[in-house]
Amino acid sequence: MLVLSGIAVVILGFGLRFNPLAVVVVAALVTGLAAHIDLLSVIAILGHAFVANRFVSIAWIVLPVIGLLECGGLRERARVQILKLRSATTGRVLTAYLLIRQISAMLGLTALGGHVQMVRPVIAPMAEAAAERVAPLDAETRDDVRAHAAAVDNIGVFFGEDVFVAIGSVLLIKGVLEQNGIAVTPPQLAVWALPTAVLAFLIHATRLWLLDRRLVRRRPA
Amino acid sequence: MIGLDAIYILVGAMFAAFALMHLLDRSWRCGAFWGCFALLMAGGSWLPDRVNGALVLVLAGLVLIGLKPGAVTTTSEEMRRESAIRLGNRLFVPALIIPAITLAGTFLLPFVKINGVPLVDPKQVTLASLTVGATVGLALALYLIRAPISTAITEGRRLVDAIGWAAVLPQALAALGGVFAAAGVGKVVAQLATSYIPVDAPLITVIVFTSGMALFTIVMGNAFAAFPVMAVGIGLPLIVGKFGGDPIIMSSVGMLSGFCGTLLTPMAANFNIVPAAVLELKDRNAVIKVQAPTAFLLLFANTIIMALFVYHR
Repeated sequence: MLVLSGIAVVILGFGLRFNPLAVVVVAALVTGLAAHIDLLSVIAILGHAFVANRFVSIAWIVLPVIGLLECGGLRERARVQILKLRSATTGRVLTAYLLIRQISAMLGLTALGGHVQMVRPVIAPMAEAAAERVAPLDAETRDDVRAHAAAVDNIGVFFGEDVFVAIGSVLLIKGVLEQNGIAVTPPQLAVWALPTAVLAFLIHATRLWLLDRRLVRRRPA
Repeated sequence: MIGLDAIYILVGAMFAAFALMHLLDRSWRCGAFWGCFALLMAGGSWLPDRVNGALVLVLAGLVLIGLKPGAVTTTSEEMRRESAIRLGNRLFVPALIIPAITLAGTFLLPFVKINGVPLVDPKQVTLASLTVGATVGLALALYLIRAPISTAITEGRRLVDAIGWAAVLPQALAALGGVFAAAGVGKVVAQLATSYIPVDAPLITVIVFTSGMALFTIVMGNAFAAFPVMAVGIGLPLIVGKFGGDPIIMSSVGMLSGFCGTLLTPMAANFNIVPAAVLELKDRNAVIKVQAPTAFLLLFANTIIMALFVYHR
């Protein structure tokens, strides 16, 4: 039971809004000590685990090219392109991106998107530009529109990728079931991800439509 | 054969360049932070575990006293607007070439062999392709904008300053998962989750299973960690074994219930906390708050889907 103190540290630390990076490192130390591992060994385990998970940070390799494109006017260009479409609203822009992201994830193309490559330089500026056409954005509404752009990227990929047969989660399920003597094929699993995928689109598209109505209500009378 | 170490050295070199620029600007803390991270990325395979661990502690200590990056000079809004007009839609090309090359590489690289030896470690083709895509994209962008490579470093550093410590958080959380595994946390949580829950009716078992998947995912930050525990603890023995439910529906919809939990937790940092930093939002939980209604509705929907179909096929 004592080894759970690390989880308590995480919940308390995140809840009290301490810096998450520091909270995570403290939680790792607390967990190791609670499991009666000596401090130096805990530090070594932490170092080993941190280095073993470096692949997580390879995605940052896109920072220089995205930064450069931003300085070359990529975000401004994205705004101009969306303002050319008269019927484009924030909700419609984001619904279109949700659909593209879900379908491409269903085909296994999860690389097409992402917060650094796609949302920050292209999708968020488009969504903001569409909202500004109704009325100028205050800081709070701008953050709300941006958060919606990030959420669409997540929801699209989460509830699209499981329909693709070779994605990690489907293979994980197959492995766990096999260990327990049940043989299944990935397509059988993928089919049962479809109803949730459709519902995810319907539910979130409705919420984006409601977002549009909220944004329009800001229009000065 | 090109493996991950070559890529880690490249990523490490990029962060080292950011660190150097900080030191030249006399922002010592940022210089030290990104310098330590660069050392971990590039040298992690060769440094002793204890040294790596100590460097992680230094990272945590530096964020506690605050990074305080200095201001970066970039192009003005006026200049960017002019540049956008001049370059037009060509600006999208380097951005889109990254996913294009990543996808093409993922499919094609496994077939590239020199004397029978694969050029790239077959298990790492996606990350290798992403690196190639980012490099080609960078070369194109430099040509298009006619900027020196130092501008790319400055602009990359501008982004990493905006993101700050959150850039290191996903890797730190993955490392925490490693420490959890070494200390046996998963086993204890699994015992708790499966031994204290009264489940004697088929419908209630479904509700316990889907919400348990979401809850476990919220705590661990990852549905992949929750699924084996919940499937072996509740799904297989009760839903499938005792009540004769369908294992395919139980697994597939159960995993998707876990994904609803992923939308709700700061522990899934690369989906929820990092984008808040990338988009420079004031509230770091803003993305979670926006996702919450969809997550709860979908969890409810998943529970209904499983309740309706898992026992009747």
